[in-house]
Amino acid sequence: MSRNLISIQDFSKEEILEVLKMAAGFEKNPSQPIFRDKVVASIFFEPSTRTRLSFETAANRLGARVIGFSDAGNTSVTKGETIKDTIKMVSNYADLIVMRHPLEGSARYASEISPVPVINAGDGSNQHPSQTLLDLYSIQKTQGRLDNLFINMVGDLKYGRTVHSLLQAMSHFNPTFLFTAPEELKLPNEYKEYLRKRNIRFEETRNLSDGICQSDILYMTRVQRERFTDAIEYERVKNVYSLNNSMLDGAKPNMKILHPLPRVNEIALDVDNSDHAYYFDQAKNGVYTRMAIITKLFS
Amino acid sequence: MQMEKHLKVSAIKNGTVLDHIPAEQLFKVIDILGLSCISNQITFGTNLDSKLLGKKAIIKISDRYFESDEINRIALIAPQAKINIIQNFKVVEKRVLSIPSSIKGIAKCMNPVCVTNHQPIETLFTTITDENELKLLCHYCEKITDKENLKIISNN
Ligand SMILES: [Zn+2]
Repeated sequence: MSRNLISIQDFSKEEILEVLKMAAGFEKNPSQPIFRDKVVASIFFEPSTRTRLSFETAANRLGARVIGFSDAGNTSVTKGETIKDTIKMVSNYADLIVMRHPLEGSARYASEISPVPVINAGDGSNQHPSQTLLDLYSIQKTQGRLDNLFINMVGDLKYGRTVHSLLQAMSHFNPTFLFTAPEELKLPNEYKEYLRKRNIRFEETRNLSDGICQSDILYMTRVQRERFTDAIEYERVKNVYSLNNSMLDGAKPNMKILHPLPRVNEIALDVDNSDHAYYFDQAKNGVYTRMAIITKLFS
Repeated sequence: MQMEKHLKVSAIKNGTVLDHIPAEQLFKVIDILGLSCISNQITFGTNLDSKLLGKKAIIKISDRYFESDEINRIALIAPQAKINIIQNFKVVEKRVLSIPSSIKGIAKCMNPVCVTNHQPIETLFTTITDENELKLLCHYCEKITDKENLKIISNN
């Protein structure tokens, strides 16, 4: 049984399903102050308001007290304190640590030093497993199942950590993938190799209109300017990967659009009122999923 | 010819001879095994002709024997190396290297934003052999370092 949540790969299929089931329970009854005696440290070495508020709300709804910092700017960290020393100090006060850090692998390292459980709330572009679990929860909730779905992932498939973790997690459930990305942001070979080894079907396209009508899930990601060396190339790609309402005409009725947020140009505002839009509900599911993760690591 | 070969391999009385090291990896092997910090007699030759490698190097260490775990660490850069155990001028045992399943502290992670490149942490990798090529999967950042980008951390 996992004591920490660092990478989605640390959770077995059974553990993933267990968390999703608990999350459904918390959605039905979100106020369950079962950890009134616990202190949760929320330590964010780089700011991420969205993730931090979601975790802190989850901890508060479980009755736990929250301590921590929301960016490293005014802490001893800027004075050159090592991750090790910060973790040693914080674990003296807290029963669980939620940590966000720009260095990749920092959460794994923290979990090896910390005597209390650690949840990775994002380590650079590596892993962000609570996001993956809330994506899975959203998929299961909207589709009624996780098995045998057609998942179309769109945008930055090269650097997008949510994409990589989600494809690893979905691999337990016999999906079919379509990867829609510009040449510069194609899915790296190591992930294609990962899928081939597991006999999971996938195709690739550069054209966003290609797979919309087959998809059960359209998983949109942000195409970030800083990923491009060529500014003109960014401008071109940015407009090609923009979803608008007229493109959804042939979509299956059950199809839902997910996006880890914040969005920029990838989804036009006219999509928001469509029955297919699910990205705002998806964010709300984050609190229930994080309540489930905290509960699992405490028990 | 036979005589020359014989001399190259076993001209120490007791100890270990490491043969078939790619010539360009000689100093890295010395580094990984920490040979520059021990007081044993060591001789080495490099740029010797080799059918297998083109140019090879050879290291002879008197009165020093290695545990498998210790010697297997050089499999990273000299996978075809042969280990000869010498006693009384004779080869009494020949060993080949096997690639260890994990590698601790020898290699550097190629990911510039990996935590191991910024904090005082010993690196740790799982080895993957993919189409006969050895790759290292970082335990921390989960990124792969391939042979082309492999950098050895000095032991000194
Ligand atoms: Zn690394």
